Amino acid sequence: MIRFLFDRDTWQEVYDSMSKNKLRTVITMIGVWWGILLLIGLLGSARGMENSFNRLFGSFATNSVFVWGQSTSKPFKGFQEGKRVTLTLSDAKKVEENVEGIEFVVPRNQNSSLVVRNFLSGNFGIAGDFPLLDQVQKKKLLHGRFINQSDIDNKRKVAVISEDVYKQLFEKDEYAIGELIQINNSNYSVIGIFDVGNVNMGPSDDIHIPFSTFQQIYNQGENIGWIMITGKPEYDIKQIEEDAKLMLKNLNRIHPEDKRAFGSFNLGNEFGKLTGFLKGMQFLTWFVGIATLIAGVFAIGNILLITVKERTKEIGVRRALGATPFEIKRQIVVEAVFLTLIAGLFGILTGGWILIALDSAFGQGPDATLVNASVSILVVFIALLVLVTLGTLIGLIPAFKATSIKPIEALREE
Amino acid sequence: MLKISQLHKSYPIGDSSLHVLKGIDLEVESGEMVAIMGSSGSGKSTLLNIIGMLDEADSGDYILDGVPIKNLTEKKAAIYRNKFLGFIFQSFNLINYKNALENVALPLYYQGLKRRERQEKGKFHLKKVGLLDWAHHLPSELSGGQKQRVAIARALAADPKLLLADEPTGALDTTTSYEIMEFLQQLNDEGKTILIVTHEEDIAEMCKRVVRLRDGVIMEDKKVNQVRASQYV
Ligand SMILES: Nc1ncnc2c1ncn2[C@@H]1O[C@H](COP(=O)(O)OP(=O)(O)O)[C@@H](O)[C@H]1O
Ligand SMILES: [Mg+2]
Repeated sequence: MIRFLFDRDTWQEVYDSMSKNKLRTVITMIGVWWGILLLIGLLGSARGMENSFNRLFGSFATNSVFVWGQSTSKPFKGFQEGKRVTLTLSDAKKVEENVEGIEFVVPRNQNSSLVVRNFLSGNFGIAGDFPLLDQVQKKKLLHGRFINQSDIDNKRKVAVISEDVYKQLFEKDEYAIGELIQINNSNYSVIGIFDVGNVNMGPSDDIHIPFSTFQQIYNQGENIGWIMITGKPEYDIKQIEEDAKLMLKNLNRIHPEDKRAFGSFNLGNEFGKLTGFLKGMQFLTWFVGIATLIAGVFAIGNILLITVKERTKEIGVRRALGATPFEIKRQIVVEAVFLTLIAGLFGILTGGWILIALDSAFGQGPDATLVNASVSILVVFIALLVLVTLGTLIGLIPAFKATSIKPIEALREE
Repeated sequence: MLKISQLHKSYPIGDSSLHVLKGIDLEVESGEMVAIMGSSGSGKSTLLNIIGMLDEADSGDYILDGVPIKNLTEKKAAIYRNKFLGFIFQSFNLINYKNALENVALPLYYQGLKRRERQEKGKFHLKKVGLLDWAHHLPSELSGGQKQRVAIARALAADPKLLLADEPTGALDTTTSYEIMEFLQQLNDEGKTILIVTHEEDIAEMCKRVVRLRDGVIMEDKKVNQVRASQYV
């Protein structure tokens, strides 16, 4: 068998039978070529989109939900409806301790204030934060550092400012770390500058100051604006949201059915829809690609069947000269596999070119829609394996057809 | 060389069947040159095809070179055909997209010979039929007589014990027919056993023995004085 594959005559035969009808050979191969092209092109693009999402959300704990207080919509235990609901630090702590599957609960406060430095000023969002925020929403620091525990403990007046704030309050190339800025008429020293990045959830955070400092300055007491809850990867964030809300309702004497008391935004859920869409797209790609492939391979089988019919007499002559049925079948199967493989390789090549073209069109720069649109070698390998298998299987049909009639009948054919 | 006894063959036609061979007894020795004669439809080709293992008899015995030929698998039959037999057809049956040399070398391919050997042997036999200069021509570029000579070279390539020719001159004019017969006589002189199916008297007379078929039985089987084809060429 090995020798057969390396025999020049084997390939001479394949070449002869293909070149006898070039147009038909080409048309036959188009199906398989197109199937592989679709598979490579679409899978690569889907991967590119996934990569680009991952890049966007990479620094963000996506399995998370934001919860804030609103006002009640149902009277409960002597309270009228319309009661204002405000979350407190002890709420956050209890949720963290009691709801299953929680990784972090990050309490946050926000306000908007006038910020002044020398003669420059602007209105910015001021957030009171714990160092923990940096873990669930990784800050891309250009200079300096983020808030740490000692800032919290000592209620330091320090600020981490965004690049935009820096641009508005500082001269170009001015060194900002350690400089003072005025927020609500008190001085803060700048300890870090961060890049805002591509994705921001909730109101814009221009300046982060220690949570404890915020509490004091704005007279917040134990109250907090909202909490960000992140779930462990294996837990369903939707369930965590429900559990947390129910618990918060109990703690705040709110009717368990009250839908308005707490507002929330479930990022995990939204993100899940997105990745679900991507997964769906990949599945569809596989489905469409494989279906096209199978159709293409069937076309090859069909053409070979016609060819075999046309060559009945020739096959009869070969058998009279001593070709065994196995030798006849083997040749036809090799032709089928060869056709599918060549068509498939062309498909992989053109698919690759398309991905390269897509990459240079949409894959450049930090905001690219497609990041590293590509397919793994494994996918290519699997595709080739599927092709060879399908080619062999489909080749068996004309092969058996060719040897199904007696040599004498084949010879009689005109 | 071959021994046939009580060979029967019928073809189903609709609901009935056509009894073509009704008990053939035939013995052919090594080195003979036998003409199988008979009118059209008398079963000459049927007999030759059974001898050539292209077809199977319904009943009867057939022993070729000491090997009983019965219930062969297609694979065995192919191997025997390749080893024992060389076929020459009326319509030449050359493969049209292969040149003369490739056609001649084809049986050697199925013998599993290496390419070089095939080329050498193929050229040797082409030379024998006087067509070495035409080795790289396609069949369409050859005359009828040349095509049949290529076919003969192909039949000889695997060095078979028995040559089977079904109306080898049927598609050729008289002069060319005699040229082909002259060549076959030459091969027979060298010791090849040859069976020729024909319905032409002059061709039959160029053999050494004539077997006449009629109504599915052998009507006559006699040795003849061979007419040398060379005297007409
Ligand atoms: N495959 C077949 N099916 C039915 N009838 C056949 C078949 N082959 C041959 N015959 C019939 O058998 C008879 C003998 O045919 P054949 O051996 O070819 O005769 P010959 O070669 O002597 O002219 C003819 O009547 C022919 O029609
Ligand atoms: Mg006949």
